[in-house]
Amino acid sequence: MLHIKCPHCGMRSQNEFSYGGDASVKRPELGKEVTDEEWNNFVYNRKSLRGKHWELWQHLSGCRQWIKVERDTATHEIFNTLKANEEIS
Amino acid sequence: MQKYSIFSLVKNAFSNHENWDLAWKDPTPKNEYDVVIIGGGGHGLATAYYLAKEHNITNVAIIEKGWIGGGNVGRNTTIIRSNYMHDDNALFSEFGMDLWRKMSQDLNYNVMFSPRGIINLAHSDAQMNVYARRGNSMRLNGIDAVLLNREQVKEIIPMADFSENVRFPIFGGLMQPSAGTARHDAVAWGYARQADSMGVDIIQNCEVIGFDVSSGKIQGVRTSRGNIKAKKIGLCVAGSTNILAEKLNMTLPIETHLLQACVSEPVKPVLDKVVTFGAGHFYISQSDKGEMVMGGDLDGYNSYAQRGNLPTLQHVLTEGIAMMPFLSKLKMLRTWGGIMDMSMDGSPIIDKTHIEGLYLNCGWCYGGFKATPASGWTFAHTIAQDRVHELNAGYNLNRFNTGHLLDEKGLGTKTWIS
Repeated sequence: MLHIKCPHCGMRSQNEFSYGGDASVKRPELGKEVTDEEWNNFVYNRKSLRGKHWELWQHLSGCRQWIKVERDTATHEIFNTLKANEEIS
Repeated sequence: MQKYSIFSLVKNAFSNHENWDLAWKDPTPKNEYDVVIIGGGGHGLATAYYLAKEHNITNVAIIEKGWIGGGNVGRNTTIIRSNYMHDDNALFSEFGMDLWRKMSQDLNYNVMFSPRGIINLAHSDAQMNVYARRGNSMRLNGIDAVLLNREQVKEIIPMADFSENVRFPIFGGLMQPSAGTARHDAVAWGYARQADSMGVDIIQNCEVIGFDVSSGKIQGVRTSRGNIKAKKIGLCVAGSTNILAEKLNMTLPIETHLLQACVSEPVKPVLDKVVTFGAGHFYISQSDKGEMVMGGDLDGYNSYAQRGNLPTLQHVLTEGIAMMPFLSKLKMLRTWGGIMDMSMDGSPIIDKTHIEGLYLNCGWCYGGFKATPASGWTFAHTIAQDRVHELNAGYNLNRFNTGHLLDEKGLGTKTWIS
């Protein structure tokens, strides 16, 4: 069982969260010309590497906020959590 | 190579089975090969076998980081089926069904193929309509499909929950009678033994460190056991695809996720079909040893762990008990996990790449085991002829660019997140 420290509510069990994927993915700027390749990268292509991974989770059965979590995809160790509007340093 | 038969068995019994040939050798890598296959799982071994058998290319090496058959081919729930609606999936899988039927004879290795049939349960009128449509599509592609009503399902699997007032009543189901199971390890070992006998080098404990690419063409691979030159390289590494893609500066429409399976303690024969729950994601069959073999959803977050986490297991088994209440009385014997190469439309990729001489086989999601022979056969063709076969033309990488997704479930991108 993962234990995730929600920046709003504190340490909670994995059962309260749902997963939202790679947090480093950025939607192409609105109003800017977007190539098929940029759109393809945004929608489909993912690094999905072994090791440290910044990802989105939603505290669905808690405060319902989206948060960012830095987790190791091999050991499942969690290093850091941030509010959704905080930049990954 | 020593042929396996009743006669060789008797002959070797006289020498206490001490003089059997090794099933495959343990060679040191040569400096150069015509083709190097990365990944000694089912798909990699099958690819090498069909390269040798169908295309007469035998200067081939399979390089494997661990030991052959230690990844997903040894970790799956052994289900074999072709109950797909879309033509690309249906024709590919049904071609594979033919290879499965002949496999034990072809490989001179008993893979214990057991075409016991699969039933997908339906729990609403709408789901019955969807299954009728899928069944009709299957039959148009020459695949056997039978739509069963509630009474017919009850006759075949009376141990399922047919009581009144259940949350997900069984309305009926779609059966593919020719689907079934096979002994998964035997598939890897059978392909390995035959490939080895035709001259393929199976090199284990050999990890890929990097690739040599110059002027857009693959030159070779750097490994923990030295550099190997190769005219062509095929990637068959399932959940490790992204790790190799990064070394090639490629980003793929693949995420690596963890999928668990489990078996109960062995019990007397009770279930002679593969059954899937229609109101969630759960599947079950009974092994020859009597264990109930079960699996279901991904753990749900990117993972390379090859081991599971309890919340998902609890979720999956809750579905199992809803479908077949007697499962609650069984003790769990073993649980394990494997890492899946989840593609963004739920369908695989078997294709050339932008690097000349580099070929890609990945994106098998939950369905890699059943695809083993067809994947090996078409990937061998793609590598040998340097062009895709019509059977894997739909599995091209460019479909994500052009929007021609092969979205069997109709769920859109990231089909596993739903």
